[in-house]
Order: sequence, then structure tokens, then C-alpha cells
Amino acid sequence: MNFEFSEEQNLLREQAGGFLGDHCSTKVVRKILDGEESYDQELWAKVVEMGWTATVIPEEFDGLGLSYLELSVIAEELGRAFAPLPFSSSVYLATEALIAAGSNGQKEEWLPKLAAGSAIGCFAVGEGTGQATPKSLTTSADGNGVSGSKIPVADGDIADFVVVIAACASGDGASAYLVDLNQASVSREKVNTIDPSRSHAKLDFSSASAELLGNEGEGWALLQKIYDRAAVLFAWEQVGGAEAALEMAKEYAMGRFAFGRPIATYQAIKHKLANMYVKNTLAKSNCYYGAWALSTDAAELPIAAATARVAAIQAYYFASKENIQTHGGMGFTWEFDCQFPYRRSKLLSVNIGSEATWQEKLIKAIEEDQAA
Amino acid sequence: MDFNDSTEEATFRQEARDWLKANEPTEAELEGLDGIEAAKLWQKRKYDAGWACIRWPKEHGGRGASAIEQVIFGQEESKFDTPEGLFTIGHGMCAPTMMAWATEEQNKRYLPKLASGEEIWCQMFSETAGGSDLAALRTRAEKDGDDWIINGQKIWTSGAHYSDYGVIVLRTDPTAPKHQGLTYFFIDMKSPGIETKPIKQISGGANFNEVYFTDVRVPDAHRLGAVGQGWQVAITTLMNERASIGGGGGGVNFKSVFKLAQTVNIDDEPAIKDKSVRRRLADWYIQESGLKFTGYRSMTALSRGEIPGPENSIGKLVGAPKQQDMASFALDLLESSGAIWDPELSQEAGMFQATYMASPGIRIAGGTDEIMANIIAERVLGMPQDIRVDKGIPFNEIPTSNS
Repeated sequence: MNFEFSEEQNLLREQAGGFLGDHCSTKVVRKILDGEESYDQELWAKVVEMGWTATVIPEEFDGLGLSYLELSVIAEELGRAFAPLPFSSSVYLATEALIAAGSNGQKEEWLPKLAAGSAIGCFAVGEGTGQATPKSLTTSADGNGVSGSKIPVADGDIADFVVVIAACASGDGASAYLVDLNQASVSREKVNTIDPSRSHAKLDFSSASAELLGNEGEGWALLQKIYDRAAVLFAWEQVGGAEAALEMAKEYAMGRFAFGRPIATYQAIKHKLANMYVKNTLAKSNCYYGAWALSTDAAELPIAAATARVAAIQAYYFASKENIQTHGGMGFTWEFDCQFPYRRSKLLSVNIGSEATWQEKLIKAIEEDQAA
Repeated sequence: MDFNDSTEEATFRQEARDWLKANEPTEAELEGLDGIEAAKLWQKRKYDAGWACIRWPKEHGGRGASAIEQVIFGQEESKFDTPEGLFTIGHGMCAPTMMAWATEEQNKRYLPKLASGEEIWCQMFSETAGGSDLAALRTRAEKDGDDWIINGQKIWTSGAHYSDYGVIVLRTDPTAPKHQGLTYFFIDMKSPGIETKPIKQISGGANFNEVYFTDVRVPDAHRLGAVGQGWQVAITTLMNERASIGGGGGGVNFKSVFKLAQTVNIDDEPAIKDKSVRRRLADWYIQESGLKFTGYRSMTALSRGEIPGPENSIGKLVGAPKQQDMASFALDLLESSGAIWDPELSQEAGMFQATYMASPGIRIAGGTDEIMANIIAERVLGMPQDIRVDKGIPFNEIPTSNS
């Protein structure tokens, strides 16, 4: 049995955690939350310099060619720091889409830039209220390019290109397109979200020039494949954040006195925090499973990814809300940091399909596995 | 990251599997034997071949195996339908306490017979006035020459009626504060003055006993630890209890409820097509999966010769309520027939009903859900203990339920 990260990977976690502790304190997150900037460019430059954006990109495209275990470790630490960066859009989604479906030319054009951080990619599926399905998509493509609107698109305001899931010209199918965002037929507008430390935009396409990514009509299948992979990495970010929320709650409970003693001595608080630990541990162990499946291209990735994702959504939501509760009124103030995990937990949970969507994906994957 | 054994582990697993396959008791061998006789037969066979209590030192009847080898042997043995369960408390809790606190002569006398299954041991801590607050126990021991004389009552003792020996914590000084007036012994369960009475549970079974002591004599030589040190010795036993008592073992699990949901209908469609059924199943799947992979993480630590982290302490707190909720859900899926508990008429021979009725006990035995949450908060998260109003007060002046 070797169900653990290697010594080198654990060392990477320590380094990443130490680096983010120094350069991504909650003051840095707060600067983005309060300011006009969409992300912390200085921090992004440092993260790029350390090669994090290049982690899983193959060496032939100027990447580091490391495994998804290394990327999982980095994701966990980015999540713990509530990093105000376009990392998930560019690395877990856009990079994955190119690796999974890009032609050699597309890979040669974009992967080296993604690795070097000189290009930021984003990923556009949703078109407003409710769940997106192949039938619900109104953004479509014809001979003249992609037309329609996507909202909200994480990092859409600052990205260089976007992977758009659009309806096929005929039928119920969908296709994926690569669209350069620096063109006149795309307009972008920032949208307000529950987590201003991560920017989001509305993208309007009017016959924007676009390249097919993968085969015509296979966009929805590609989306599922990318989501299964991204779900594991999102889940690691969520677990990192959930652990940070528990840590915050514990520290406060130990120092806050009520009725003459630390509130950490009350069972109401102890059991709350014990339950956070339980949910976090279940989520983390499921994330190990997801990381194993992702790094070995296991056939059970759909089950492992959904398992990690659902557990991480539940753990982070629980830890972030009960962290505020543990802090009492001060937890509800703008001044305190409790808002960061609370905002981020819900943002990450709705970003790539909600809890209900992933619960359904899990049971469907188990049914398919059973039928096979 | 992989799920594979190391080369040595794979060799050991194969050796264990081969031995189990060749030596598993046949139906003919077990015919006519009751549960205790069958378990003793199997335990003796393992002992004679060096496969009993394999983590124990050889001189105590074990194999001197590593922790990971013990896990591997357990995994392999669980694949066979062998008689088990009878020795869990003796091997898992009493023996580690003896090894830590008894004399070498005592360990040479008692441990090999415990390993071989010739002698069965039980554990007597809980009392009617001391469950979660274990140190509130009142059963007295008074010194009389080289003996102690025991009077009082223990409760929730598994297997007291067929045990040969038992470990027990007794109050030797009622004027000392609660934790300081306790002393730990092991006693011969056949001693005159011991009477056991089974307790009928809501599940219909009777796995536990009340044990009454009337002027029972135990030699001072059977004391473990110093007079007044009983609480510290008891901690040794309790630390091992968590390792011995799992999340409930058999009974309802994801697989059985998933299968049931495919079998029964809601609105003329298989229940598994119902979205709310699917969502609940998904939640239980992630709990089961989370526990399984948490176990794998601990196993990896053992495999590397390290001490596992605190992750496994969540096992009982997650597993026990999950089983209860899943059994309850299964009965709901069965609609009115969920009420029928009859091996002939019920689905899965009544397993869902049996789990429903047994699960409240699993949430209590070996530390209630609430105590388990306290343990996580205090020992894992490092939070302080609750303030205790009985602290420092002589035991006989502490207010009790009946005063």
C-alpha cells in the first residue's frame, strides 16, 4: 500500500505553503477584494516563475511534465491561501482542454504561453440562470464564427483566450471552440459576484473568429472529460480552504473568552469543530482517491472525481459557515477574514457544476461502472 | 501513489492466503459446534501454526509481525468465512494492557493461552453510574491481607458469561478525588461471588451482561499498576479500544441500499431513478469512500513503519450514524413492508431491520458519538477539556444522580 504523496511531493507542499504564507496573506486577498484589480499580478508573476502554471504541461511544449499529484499539492495550498489568481481557469480548465483536445498546432501556439504565464486562458459554459445543458445552449457557431453570450466567465475580463462550449449549428450537440479574446467581435464586461477576490465577466461574441477545439459535435463529451479532471483539482483547493477555515475557527475559539472561560471549552463549539474535522478528513481522503485516479488515468476517474468533488463541496461549505458562527458577530464584519472562505467555498462549488450536479454524476458513474 | 503491496508485503499476503485456504475450517469440522467452540477451534489452529495475534512477541504466543502484516492478515482472513469476534476484546484491549503493566511471569502464564483461544477475557469498566463519565465508577475493592474484596456491579460487559478472566477498574479510595481513587486488576471470572446476568437489548439480542460482585476475592498480585493508578492503566485499555472497535462491520452498506433502490419502486419506477434517492445515496457513497481511503492512508503509514496520523479517529463517529441512517432509509424505501422483520418475508433476510434495531447500540458502545467528538476536539485538534465541577472533590462528596 502506497496511498500517500512522495517525500518530494510533500516537500513541494511545504514550499508552496511557505511561499504563499509569505506572499499571499489575507492582506493580499483583501487588496483584490477591495480594489479594482482583477487579480494580483505580482503574485501571478511569482507563481509563474516557480513553474506552477507549467506543472503538467508536457516538456515538448515547454512545460515541466510533472504529474497531477504535484498539481494537487499546489492546488491544496492555493486553496488554503484563498489565492486571488486566475489559476483554476488557466491551469485546470483551459490548459486541460488544450491537452485533451487541441490539435498539434493549437498546442504549439498556446501551451508554451500558458506554461510561461504569458497567456491566461479561461473557460465558458454557463449562460445565466440555471444549469447549462446541450439543449439549453444559445451560444452557437456557424461559418462566420461564434455568436452569443456567456455569463459568468471566471477571469473572462483578463484572459487572452477562452474555450467556449457552443451549440452546433444543427441538432442538440455542442462543440468546443478556441476564441482569441483580443478581437473586436468580442466584448467583455466585469460582473459583480459573491467573491470579488476572483474576477468574473460577461463575454459577448458577435461572429467572433474561432477555431474548433476537438471534433465537431463532441464538445459536450469533452466538457465532461475536462470537468472530471478539473473537479479533482478544484476539490483540492476546496479542501485546502476548508482546513484553513477550521484552523481560523480553532484559533479564535481558543482565545475568545465567554462566561469566564475560552469558548473552546464548550462542547457546542468543540463538537462543531470536530464535525468540521470529520468532513474535511473524508473530503481529503476522497481527494487522495481523485488524485490517484487523475495521475494514473484510471478508468474509475469519473467516480473518483465526483466523490472528491461532492465531499469537498460539502466540507468547505460546512467549515466556512461554521467558522463565521464560531466567531460570532465579529465573523460577520468586513474587517475579519471569515468572509474569504465563506465567499470562496460557494464560488468554487458553483463554478464547475453544483453539488446536485455532481451527486447525479456520481450515481450515474456508479451505474455505468456496474453495467460494464 | 498506488494500492500495491511492496514485494515483502505481497510475499507475506500470498503466504497468509495460502495458509488460510489450506486451513479454513470445513463445514464437517464445524458441524455440531456452538459459536464458542467453533471460534476456539479456529483460534487454536491459527495459534499452532503461528498465525494468532501475529503482532505480539513470539514469547507471548504471537509471531513478532509488523503492524502492516497484521493488517494484511486481517484483510485476507476477512475474505474467508471463519468464526470470529469472540476474542476481539481479549486480544485487542486486555492483552495490550497486560503487556504494558503485568509482570513478565504473568504475561508468560496468561498471554499464550489468550492467543491460543484456550482462555477468553472480558473488560469490566462501565457501571450504571459511570458510562461516558467512566471514572465515576463505584464498585469497591477493600484490602484484606494479601487480597482485595470486591463488592458492587458492572454493566455492558460483553461475553462475561463465557469469559475465563477479565480486567476491571475498582474504587479503592472513595475519599480521594474521582480519578485518583481507582485501582486496576485482572480477575478470575470463575471466582466465587461473581454472578452474570444477560441484558436483553432492543434488537432482541443479549450481547452484554450485568456482572454482580459479592465479597469476591482477588489477590493483590493481580493488581496492574500501583494502588490509585487505575485510571492511567485504564487509559492503556481505552486507547486500544478505538483500534479494536470499528464502524460496525457488517450490516447495511452502500451496496445493499443501492441494490434495494434498484429493486423497489417509487411511483411505478425503480426508486434508483428518483433524484432525491440518488442524492442521498451519493452522500453515503462519499462517506464510505472517505472512510475506506482514510484507512488506506493509515495503512500506508504502517507500511512505511510510521505511526498513522489521527485521521482514523473519525471512523466510528462517521460509520455508526451512517449505518443507522441508511437502515432507516432502506426501511422507508420498503414502504409498509419495511415494518416486517422476518427472515422468510423480509428483503435480505431482515438485514435492514436488524441493522435499524442494532445501530443505536453501535453509536453508544466504545464511546458515544458525543465522546468521540470530544476526543477529536481534544486529542486531534488540541482543544481544552470542558470545565469539570467535580475536579479535586473527594469522590464520596460528589453529587450523584440519586442524591
